[in-house]
Order: sequence, then structure tokens, then C-alpha cells
Amino acid sequence: MQHRLLRSFGFRLAFTYMVLFGASVLLLLGFIYWSTAATMSRQADATIAAEITGLAERYDIDGLAGLIDVINERLSRKPIGSSIYLLTTAINTPIAGNLNRWPSVPPDEEGWLNFRLENAGHDKDEIHLARARSFTLSGGFHLLVGRDIYELEETQRRIVRTLILGFVITLLLGGVGGVVLSRRVMKRLEAINTTSREIIDGDLSRRIPLQHSGDEFDALAENLNAMLDRIEELMEGVRRVSDSIAHDLRTPLARLRNRLELLRAEQENHAQDPTLVEQAISDADGLLKTFNALLRIARIETRQRSEAFCDVDMSALLHDVVELYEPLAEQKGQSLELLADAGVHMQGDRDLLFQAMANLLDNAIKYTPPEGHIRLGLEARGVTGLLTIADTGPGIPDTERQQVFQRFYRLEKSRTTPGSGLGLSLVEAVAKIHHMSLVLEDNQPGLKVLCEFPLSQPRTETTSALSKS
Amino acid sequence: MSCSASLRYADEPVILWRQATARGQPKFRNRHMRILVIEDDTETAGYIARGLKEHGHVVDQAADGKDGLFLALENDYDIIILDRMLPALDGLSVLKTLRSSGRRTPVIILSALGEVDDRVEGLKAGGDDYLVKPFAFSELLARIEALLRRGEMKPDTSVLKVADLELDRLTHTVKRAGKPIDLQPREYLILEFLMQHAGQIVTRTMLLENVWDYHFDPQTNIIDVHISRLRNKIDKDFAAPLLQTVRGAGYCLREPSRA
Repeated sequence: MQHRLLRSFGFRLAFTYMVLFGASVLLLLGFIYWSTAATMSRQADATIAAEITGLAERYDIDGLAGLIDVINERLSRKPIGSSIYLLTTAINTPIAGNLNRWPSVPPDEEGWLNFRLENAGHDKDEIHLARARSFTLSGGFHLLVGRDIYELEETQRRIVRTLILGFVITLLLGGVGGVVLSRRVMKRLEAINTTSREIIDGDLSRRIPLQHSGDEFDALAENLNAMLDRIEELMEGVRRVSDSIAHDLRTPLARLRNRLELLRAEQENHAQDPTLVEQAISDADGLLKTFNALLRIARIETRQRSEAFCDVDMSALLHDVVELYEPLAEQKGQSLELLADAGVHMQGDRDLLFQAMANLLDNAIKYTPPEGHIRLGLEARGVTGLLTIADTGPGIPDTERQQVFQRFYRLEKSRTTPGSGLGLSLVEAVAKIHHMSLVLEDNQPGLKVLCEFPLSQPRTETTSALSKS
Repeated sequence: MSCSASLRYADEPVILWRQATARGQPKFRNRHMRILVIEDDTETAGYIARGLKEHGHVVDQAADGKDGLFLALENDYDIIILDRMLPALDGLSVLKTLRSSGRRTPVIILSALGEVDDRVEGLKAGGDDYLVKPFAFSELLARIEALLRRGEMKPDTSVLKVADLELDRLTHTVKRAGKPIDLQPREYLILEFLMQHAGQIVTRTMLLENVWDYHFDPQTNIIDVHISRLRNKIDKDFAAPLLQTVRGAGYCLREPSRA
């Protein structure tokens, strides 16, 4: 339990906060003490030193009698006990002053001495401390000038007491502050932890609550929520794909199985129908093709962007795609038109981009009736390139425009037109890693696909010449 | 790769692949190749070996990279079929070791990885061709043949000839029976590739890789349309068709059999 407390981030935060806070307050209080109490002592010392110098000068001018007069005069003026004067002979016999004898403590190098006073205060039992300085006058007389420092010490003690009290209060406040602060931090962290646990337990729809304060915790929560959205989206995709695999691949597999069964029956009857084998192989090929496309999409989606990206001349690429599909369009009696700006470049994977464009054009040709028109356009607009593929086919209803990018999604539920329902999913996957936006529009009639992508500055001509070769 | 039923042409001369090979005409004339198959999956290895043996070749098999490398260094093979992922020693290491010891034996790499980078990596390591699993046996056979014939090809031949069809690589002109034929640039490239591999089966994938230089997977059998166009130009007005479709495999440009 104790270890857990020590390991707790909140405890450590509060503790560190308190220690730092305490240390800085201690430093501050020390400075206050030094600048008040210590200064008071120094000032008292300076006064005594000045007074003794003054008295010595007086002795030099007016002699012993003058000095005694001054001492007596001063003693009569000052309240008893606050100032201390003592003038003695060379053998310490008192001549004048309010001290009955020379203190027995030895003076330090500069002549300072601290001693106790009896009978000094109003209360007879009180023992006061005095600080004085001794001076030897010419003629062997000893002069002692001092102060009763009881009041001074009392003030200093009061200051120290106040400072200690202040420090304790500060420490308490610091502790409370640390706890409050760490509590707030811990509360936010705990909210994240609670949500995480709920998600681990299976509720992927949970999100971390935001405080809308725009602070770092909100930023963290927002990022985590965005991450969760992405994960949920991917999970949804995985679920959809596995559902689709179950639904869409079962039919051809069943058909393949039926053909093989037929074959076995024919073998038993010694009949030979080579078309059955051909059809079975064709079925298997179709299945393999679908699996390959699925794998390919999955690989593209998990791929890191810019991995093996290079400069691609989209104008040339689109030209090649159109050239590849032109005979097919001609065969269907469709007109295929390309209006492309020259030298439109982007960063990307040449093969994947070609695949995506081929899929889009393939779809356009497949769904456009004979005598229809297919128009491709490519233009540079500032920092973005715009690629359009417009056909005069049946188009895609508004409600289904987003769904067509899902794997295995087919517009016609009867599924008479050949195709796997994976072509557009692959286009979307390729577009995503290329930061290419895909918008489907009504071409009135037909479908218009708009791809917007970031342009790259065309590099040297050799690059595009290389990619063309 | 598949032979889809969506595109079929009435005037298209179709031969079955088995017939084409059984006749022994286009394939490995009088030569029995010695082939090493390094593949750890016994099913795939057996399938390849059986197919190759049926075509009269001698096949050695190795189930891991170490044995494979040992066999490849010990014996002199005409071609090596090498799986990329192998126990003991991976395919690319086998290939690199083989090449660094000076063996120039043609190698076809088989791989489950199909991305362009993987292909480039495989070819850089010294592979001569790269085939992604799963593949049709006919595809592998066509590629083996293309590789074996590569050595016989004279690259500096300026005029390619198949029967009365002539292609001049210097002037980029095509003639059949002395009559000039006007071809589009891409049609010319297809024909050039087919003529370089005259008498061999050329698969659709081989055409895509070599003539278009894009590695992609067409949804429609678009290659068939291009071939049909080419066929219209070189075969339509002549008695003997030269460009044939080998069902389930690809195409073959060859002199018509006199039978």
C-alpha cells in the first residue's frame, strides 16, 4: 500500500510541489531574517562604536573630568538599563558609570564582549544580556560602552517565531495546494483510465469526456478520441470485409464445388466434358483474383505514406491509361476524350496511381452504354491538381455515393455485370495514402469522379523521361 | 491472368495449351532441362515438379535454403526456381551467395509478397524473374521458357522475322508478305515483344510487365483487346494466322504448322 502511494504520480507531484515550495519559502524567509534581525544587531553595534569613539575624543579634549561629566549627563538622560557606561582605572576600579564592576568575560579582538546583567529589568529575576565594547584610553583608563540587548533580542526572537510560524503555514498551504493540484491532474487521468478500461472491456463506442478548457488534457483526450474513431472505423471495415467475404466468396466457392462434383460424376460415367474443367479453373481464378485484390487493398491501407514515393508525371500517366483503354472504348463504340495539362506532377507510387486511374476508367467504360461519352480531364490549379473522369452512364444515386467505396459493394444487387466490387475500394485506398480527395458527382446524366491531389514541383526533365521509359 | 469468358472473338485462332505443348512444337525442342526447385511447401513443390516432369524435364527438389544452395553449387542447372521465404536460409540470401560465387544460372523467384518494392529487391539480388504466388503453372512455364531462350536471342538483330512477317527495329516498320503494315506505337511494342519470343507462350502478365512497364492488375482483360487489334492488322488479310491465343495461358506468335 505504501509502495503504491510512493509510486503514485499524484503523490509524487504533490510531494515534489511541497518540497520545492517549502525550499523557496525557506530561502525567502532567511533573506527576510537577514535583512531585519541581523541588520538590527549591526546597527546597534554601529551605534555603540560611534558612541565610544565620541567619548574617547571627548576625553582627549576635556580630560577625565569632562568624560565623567558626559557619562553622568548621558546616564541621567537615558532610561536606566538601556545604555551601559563604565569607566575604570587601569586596575578596573570603577570611576563612573552604571555598571558596578568590569565584566569578567574577556573581550574579542575588536574589544566586543557579551555579558549578563543582573537587576537590570523591572522584574528582579530577569537576567538581561548586554553587549558592549571596551576601549583603553590614554592614561590607562578603561572605558566600556554597551547596550542592554534584551529588547533587541526579544524583537529578533519574535521575528524568528513569526518566520517559523509563517513557514509552517506555508508548508501546510503548499501541501494542501499540492494535493489539490495533483487531485485535479489525477481526476483527469482517472477519467482517461476509466474510459480506457471500459473500451478494453469491449465498449468501443466510449469516448473520453472533454472539459472544453482547451488545455493539454483536452488535447490528449481529443487525440485519443480521434485514435479511437480511427480504430473503430478500421474495426468496422474489418467486420464488413469478413462479412462480405463470407457472403461474396461463398457463392463462387459453392459453384466451384458443384462443378468438381459434376466432374467426379462424369468421370465415373467415363464421360469427358473439357468445358467443365475450364470453368472450374476459371472459377478458381476468379476467387484468387478477389483474394489478391483484398490483400492488395489491405497492404496499401497499412502502408506508410511516402514509402517508395517518387515524382510522378500525372499527365503522362493519364495518357498511358487512356492509351491502354482506348481500344476497349472503341470496341464499345464509346468516345474517349482526354484533356490534360502537360507537366502535372505529384509525389506518389506510380504503379498504384496507374492502377487507381485504370480502375476508374475501367468502371466508366464498363457502365457507360455504347455510343456514350467518357471525358477525362487533368488541370493544375495553384498547388492542387484536379483530375476528372466523367461518363454518360447510369451514374450513382446520391444515397449510395459513399457506400460504393466499401469493399464488395455493388450498385446492382443482381450482380450481372462482371466485377468484384473491390475496384473502387482499391481506388479509395490508393487515394488515401496519396492525400487525394475523391468526390463523386452527378454528371447529368452519368457519373463524374473528381480527384484533387497536392501538386509537386516538376523536377528536371530527366525524371519524367525516366518514368516514361 | 485468368481467361475470362467476357471477351471472346469469333475469328480468333485458339489453341489449347496442352495441345500446344504436347505437340512439342514451341517448347524446348529436343532439350530436356535440368531444373532445381527450392521450395519448402511440399504441395507447391510437388505441383511444380510434376508439371515440369510432364514436360520432360529433370527436376531436383530442395526443401530449405541450405540444401538448395548446396545443390545449386554442386550441380549445373539450366534454371533454378527459388522460393523467397525458406527455412534455414532465406531465398534472397541463397541467391546472393549463388551470384557472389559466380553462378549465372537463371533464377525465377517465387514469392507471396507482390508489392513493387519486393519485386525490385528480388531482381536487385540477382533474380532474373519474379513470380507472385499463387500463379498458374502455365505462367511459370512460359517464364521458364522465356528465360532459357534469352540466351539464344541475338539482341542486336535489327530485323525480326516470323514466317513472312518482318519487323525492322531500326526503321520501326512492319511488313507482312512485303506489304507494309501501319501500327500504333504500343501495337509495335507488343509485336516486337511477341516476335522476340516467337514460338513461345507469352502470358498477359508478361506483356503488361514488359510492354506497359506498369505493375498493375487490370480488371478487364484489356490485353486481349490490344491483341485483337494487332491481330486485325497482321493476320486479318492473310491466309495463315500467326498470332494465336493459347487458352488458359496467353499468346503465341509462330509460323503456322504445316499440318
